[in-house]
Amino acid sequence: MTETRIERHHYDVVVIGAGGAGLRAAIEARLAGKRTAIISKSLFGKAHTVMAEGGAAAAMGNVNARDNWQVHFRDTMRGGKFLNNFRMAELHAKEAPQRIWELETYGALFDRTKDGKISQRNFGGHEYPRLAHVGDRTGLELIRTLQQKIVSLQQEDKREHGDYEARIKVFAETTITELLLDGDRVAGAFGYYRESGEFVLFEAPAVVLATGGVGRSYKVTSNSWEYTGDGHALALRAGATLINMEFLQFHPTGMVWPPSVKGILVTESVRGDGGVLKNSEGKRFMFDYVPDVFRKQYADNEAEADRWYKDPDNNRRPPELLPRDEVARAINSEVKEGRGTPAGGVYLDIASRLPAEEIRRRLPSMYHQFKELADVDITKEPMEVGPTCHYVMGGVEVDPDSGAAYGTVRGLFAAGEVSGGMHGSNRLGGNSLSDLLVFGKRAGGHAASYADQLAARPKVAVAAVEAAVETALAPLQRDTGESPYTLQQDLQAVMGDLVGIIRREGELVDALARLAELRERVAKVSAAGGRRYNPGWHLALDLRNMLVVSECTAKAALERQESRGGHTREDHPGMDPKWRRVNLVCALDGDVVRLTQKPLPAMRPELISLFDRAELAKYLTDEELAEFDALAEEER
Amino acid sequence: MGTEPKQTPGKPGGKRQFRIWRGDETGGDLQDYQVEVNEGEVVLDVIHRLQATDAPDLACRWNCKAGKCGSCSMEINGKPRLSCMTRMSTFDETETVTVTPLRTFPVIRDLVTDVSFNYEKARETPAFAPPADVAPGDYRMQQVDVERSQEFRKCIECFLCQNVCHVIRDHEENKPAFSGPRFFIRAAELDMHPLDARTDRKEYAQAEMGLGFCNITKCCTEVCPEHIKITDNGIIPMKERVVDRRYDPLVWLGSKIFRRGQVPQTSVTSGHSSGAVTGSPVHGGLHSHAGGSHDAQAERQAQQGVNWHREVPHPTAPAVDVNGKLPLTELTFDRAAAPSPFGDDVTFPLPPEHLNFAHPQQDEPKH
Ligand SMILES: Cc1cc2nc3c(=O)[nH]c(=O)nc-3n(C[C@H](O)[C@H](O)[C@H](O)COP(=O)(O)OP(=O)(O)OC[C@H]3O[C@@H](n4cnc5c(N)ncnc54)[C@H](O)[C@@H]3O)c2cc1C
Ligand code: SF4
Ligand code: SF4
Ligand code: FES
Repeated sequence: MTETRIERHHYDVVVIGAGGAGLRAAIEARLAGKRTAIISKSLFGKAHTVMAEGGAAAAMGNVNARDNWQVHFRDTMRGGKFLNNFRMAELHAKEAPQRIWELETYGALFDRTKDGKISQRNFGGHEYPRLAHVGDRTGLELIRTLQQKIVSLQQEDKREHGDYEARIKVFAETTITELLLDGDRVAGAFGYYRESGEFVLFEAPAVVLATGGVGRSYKVTSNSWEYTGDGHALALRAGATLINMEFLQFHPTGMVWPPSVKGILVTESVRGDGGVLKNSEGKRFMFDYVPDVFRKQYADNEAEADRWYKDPDNNRRPPELLPRDEVARAINSEVKEGRGTPAGGVYLDIASRLPAEEIRRRLPSMYHQFKELADVDITKEPMEVGPTCHYVMGGVEVDPDSGAAYGTVRGLFAAGEVSGGMHGSNRLGGNSLSDLLVFGKRAGGHAASYADQLAARPKVAVAAVEAAVETALAPLQRDTGESPYTLQQDLQAVMGDLVGIIRREGELVDALARLAELRERVAKVSAAGGRRYNPGWHLALDLRNMLVVSECTAKAALERQESRGGHTREDHPGMDPKWRRVNLVCALDGDVVRLTQKPLPAMRPELISLFDRAELAKYLTDEELAEFDALAEEER
Repeated sequence: MGTEPKQTPGKPGGKRQFRIWRGDETGGDLQDYQVEVNEGEVVLDVIHRLQATDAPDLACRWNCKAGKCGSCSMEINGKPRLSCMTRMSTFDETETVTVTPLRTFPVIRDLVTDVSFNYEKARETPAFAPPADVAPGDYRMQQVDVERSQEFRKCIECFLCQNVCHVIRDHEENKPAFSGPRFFIRAAELDMHPLDARTDRKEYAQAEMGLGFCNITKCCTEVCPEHIKITDNGIIPMKERVVDRRYDPLVWLGSKIFRRGQVPQTSVTSGHSSGAVTGSPVHGGLHSHAGGSHDAQAERQAQQGVNWHREVPHPTAPAVDVNGKLPLTELTFDRAAAPSPFGDDVTFPLPPEHLNFAHPQQDEPKH
């Protein structure tokens, strides 16, 4: 196999992923003076981040001056049902405003308040208007701004060194299939150019994973083909660990009709701006689904809920703005009880709530999307929506401050959706975009200083490269196996039907058995055609990543015997404080997924005292509450 | 288990006829496919179905399938479109749908083209220059002032406008000197940015980006899926304050490459035949824009060729000020009277075949 041509590159920091997290990490590594490569499966500027609509959460207090990082921290912990890594939630809440303001110095143009500051909008789970936004295309603004910042750094390098790519280079349409190690240290990354099918090897002492999520394992998903869990799988195979893989967010309002656009999201701001959910009987049903923990903040009658839009200080919020998992579950049970729409969703109605002109002004791209894709005029008729697989809370277990992966590997960092812990069991809308910036910057910076500290560069072993080449070419050389498309459909069916939004023990056991079968079949997958831009081959290589990540999700979902956030067990419907103290950690042992329980780090005293005792009582064990009381006593 | 939304597949609408260009830079041709099409589907769905069945290695780019990323650009019946936003219901049941790669960029394989031209031009466009004395967090701008730039920041970089612009479509030789509409609006965006510290965006666009090549045919605006008024709101204001008319290479270009009368063939709607498409999109002619092609066959095809301006956009309202007047720049302008909103190089009356006509009932459903 050594005769296969392999292009080689040397960098100090290799960033895998060109979404918000990857680009922010690369900027930081380059600013630290490192030679940096950015690698992306799609074209530059097309990563999944462009799809984010609602906004980026940061407690700048521009709209309501009472907002500050403590409130944001509290909302994040509440949203994640206290399973979040508290340190990550703290750093995120503290640093998000600076990261947003920084974007303005890169050229971003957010919508403004009357006094010229960045405007902030309401979003599910956030106590105050907090999401910096640009109409409903905030993700596009974020990625374009970072992309343009990278261009501006390249222009600097051109002036200084005569070459745009002297210190930072983008490898677009390039897929990494393997991380290469020297002992326990990262030595490089191996992959192929999608265009030509040629192989490429990046030798680098530090790698930042920013590969996004795993949604393509589900039938109904808002995620693109890129979301095959590559980063999760790369990390596992390199000896890192994953946490919280049982927690997947199903966005409550994806389009369910017409079929071609099934899964595409209807942004939460439709509800923030007055949209309401109705079942097929025309009833505004969310009032029936306000859980006890939220009674204080959410209205129990339509009149009060409607007043809130005008006067949020003196009224409780409409229940349509409950956290996503609550809304998704409510819709799910309405549909199951036969009060759904013909396509299996519920109605989201904004038409009868706002004048048409106002809808078009506030939600321009939603309006166009529905008009052009579905021929539905949202200013005239309600939309048909239902839960869609949207976001994975779980991911690479990292050190909260540096983004360095735990486990046995060194030199590996992770940021963005591929990392775990920050969002606990459920992510609040808008917290992801700010997460990308905060932890992207941290991971990039720490990867740079890690590369600095190394006495000698780790070396890539020839045998490892040969093995990577062989694995990559295998599907093309077999012609007896199944089509990758069939296998993907089967995988999606298993995950969608058996490890979906509501889970049961029997089904999870069944899912694991089927995944084991699929593993055999995926090992024998064959792809027709050659190496040049061959999507069948690309999918064949992605399948093994999707599979191992799905196994993690199914195993962890079986183990966690409670319902919390993005994990709902019908056979264990309540939240159990004992389970709150536990993270489920996945590691690879050979090629078998091993699951271990690990205690959650305890919140620092000054952070836990930001909460009411009454609120904590819903989440904590008696033992923990006693500690809290002792603490309060001390302070007095 | 019925917890996922029930699948209600669209009514199968039977098989439809597709012709898809397959090949690579060495050549290729249109291949016929019979594909099942269901109610409510878009062209990209059909391509995905083909990949899963008859053509597993059919190359095509896509990401979001929601018109947000600009990856899935291709030419559908000769018209540059996002395939994820082109509903099958816009075609006749019996119509053959012809799908070809973007013509202006070199083919890599099948429907995938090498769009690196655009990334090079992006890199040559000077970046935002932050104001020196404003700290992060202290930026203050009014919504009305950012809105003008925000329109251009809606751009999803689908490069359909780049693909359609006659200055580089079929004119490889113009590529080095011409950045294209996408980057003219980038320059305009920065020019209108309330806090950008550079003051020479217009001059730069004229001198270095080839703004003068543009003769305001508005084809770019017509194809933009984000409905950005590229010409009216971006290019024309950029041209407005050009210091010296002789600077404008268009004058030179006009005499050099085009025979002048032929230049703006572009906003013409040339009949309604959606003629068959033959030949390689690299060498053959789907549509010849500027009369600059020397291939007789291509010329002929262009004459009766595919009409990809089937939907003529409404005329855009002029950008008036608070008094309802066009902004006058006479005082600062180098000629008497305000500049022509049609561009400096258009003489009147326009030949009739160059006029756009928007049917007043265009937007009403056709039955
Ligand atoms: C429809 C939608 C709406 C959303 N709205 C919001 C919102 O309003 N607010 C919010 O905060 N969040 C929102 N989110 C979530 C948020 O957009 C994502 O979580 C976030 O963008 C993830 O960013 P990232 O940087 O981690 O990865 P991404 O932006 O997904 O980028 C991943 C990158 O990794 C690359 N990659 C992956 N695998 C490989 C490989 N093997 N080799 C090389 N490169 C690879 C990809 O090509 C890509 O460039 C939304 C998500 C969706 C789907
Ligand atoms: S107006 Fe015509 S010539 Fe000018 S950039 Fe647009 S397409 Fe090109
Ligand atoms: S301006 Fe419009 S057509 Fe041109 S690249 Fe941007 S979105 Fe596409
Ligand atoms: S797939 Fe993103 S625009 Fe079509």
